[in-house]
Amino acid sequence: MGDATHDIPERTPVHVIVNGVSHTLDLAPWTTLLDALRDHLALTGTKKGCDHGQCGACTVLIEGRRVNSCLTLAVMTDGAEVTTIEGLAKDGTLHPVQQAFIDHDAFQCGYCTPGQICSAAGLLAEGRARDADEIRELMSGNLCRCGAYPNIVAAIQQAMSRS
Amino acid sequence: MNNFQYSRASNVADAIQLLAADPDAKLIAGGTNLIDLMKENVERPSRLVDISRLPLRDIEQTADGGLRIGALVPNSDLAYHPQIEQRYPLLASAILAGASAQLRNMASVGGNLMQRTRCAYFYDTATPCNKRSPGTGCSAIDGLNRNHAILGTSSSCIATNPSDMSVALAALDARVHIASRSGERAVALIDFHRLPGDRPHIDTNLGSGEIITAIELPPRGFAQNYSYLKIRDRLSYAFALVAVAAALDLEGNVIGEARLTLGGVAHKPWRSLEAEAALRGQAATPDHFGRAADLLLQGAAARAHNGFKIELARRAVVRTLMQAARATPQSQAHKKIA
Repeated sequence: MGDATHDIPERTPVHVIVNGVSHTLDLAPWTTLLDALRDHLALTGTKKGCDHGQCGACTVLIEGRRVNSCLTLAVMTDGAEVTTIEGLAKDGTLHPVQQAFIDHDAFQCGYCTPGQICSAAGLLAEGRARDADEIRELMSGNLCRCGAYPNIVAAIQQAMSRS
Repeated sequence: MNNFQYSRASNVADAIQLLAADPDAKLIAGGTNLIDLMKENVERPSRLVDISRLPLRDIEQTADGGLRIGALVPNSDLAYHPQIEQRYPLLASAILAGASAQLRNMASVGGNLMQRTRCAYFYDTATPCNKRSPGTGCSAIDGLNRNHAILGTSSSCIATNPSDMSVALAALDARVHIASRSGERAVALIDFHRLPGDRPHIDTNLGSGEIITAIELPPRGFAQNYSYLKIRDRLSYAFALVAVAAALDLEGNVIGEARLTLGGVAHKPWRSLEAEAALRGQAATPDHFGRAADLLLQGAAARAHNGFKIELARRAVVRTLMQAARATPQSQAHKKIA
């Protein structure tokens, strides 16, 4: 099991399209997508919370599907399209979920907010939530330790009704 | 996380070869459990073999009218697949009771079967654990064991299997298809995971150099009378204290076939053919369900902190069977227990 018995591998070129922009990064295979975004592309909107898939702060969209970037190896996303919080607004107009979070004051400290918003954008695209209970259940992978949940649910309901 | 080599398998045979060439190599698909364990230094593979791009993502009808589910189908895609929603809603419900939307998008069906226990001592490399470091002892037996197993335990390990999906698959008589250099084989889901005995470091009967290629469901899906009830410390996104998969075939109020499996109570999904046989030909009443629960829980034994699970499991079995009998399955979104 000892890692001293094998050579440290070469860095691997990883091609990713992040928020519509193509990048080729030289990454060690153990670099997570979260660390690649934050440390190699300076996209620090995506947050590192628990780093174990328990809090949802690192949520991004890969090919439109919400995932935990902390549990994703960047090398495995080679060729994929990634959308982060920085890529949700289009032509200077906020994404409907971003606007709804402002309208409903759906945050306090803001640390979980990029993950909440990316997760909610994924939830809207999935089209499975129909009421507040279903929103709560399908957003349970995003924790908010300030406890802004009532306003987060209200914001998502607004975005749902307008999408 | 330790340094490791990374290889992308080009086909199943390639994956098997890469795996066979290096005893410390591991397959990776969704990675949701493996990456987490690697960050904790519990898993330290020398090589990761990436199988996520292999063509094992189909869900197709089998010759006998069942379904064959590719091992790389994401959990969310399986739960929301029309054939699963309509014909095997017990499976859809169990999958949606587990993890979060993000994790279900990432996690594969095969990986779900391979996920490891969430016993806190298994995760904590500062403590003895026979599952992580064979022969060092079990910290849970005399430790904080509120979440631990009450059935099928050994003096070496009292860990539980964390999967919800496997509980429903066991109840539905699913089979696991496995490929290796020596060909293909299939094993019943209920025989896929093993009890800890004196070798708790081995979770399943999957051999080294073997790879899960598919899960097969038989034609009968119990779509009318079923329920999956998961009891946990918070309403969502937590592992089960006790989970019950129940399915009935009813004629009027008389039980034809019954399927009953517990999760969160043992090292594997816990099913008893004796308990199911006792329900056959009986009226669907709480008394008969209680008798089946007693048979299912025969031999249950508690440690210092998990004694509540025995009575909780008994009540949950009766409740879930009543939900199934009334065709009012537990909703995984609306949390009130009918």
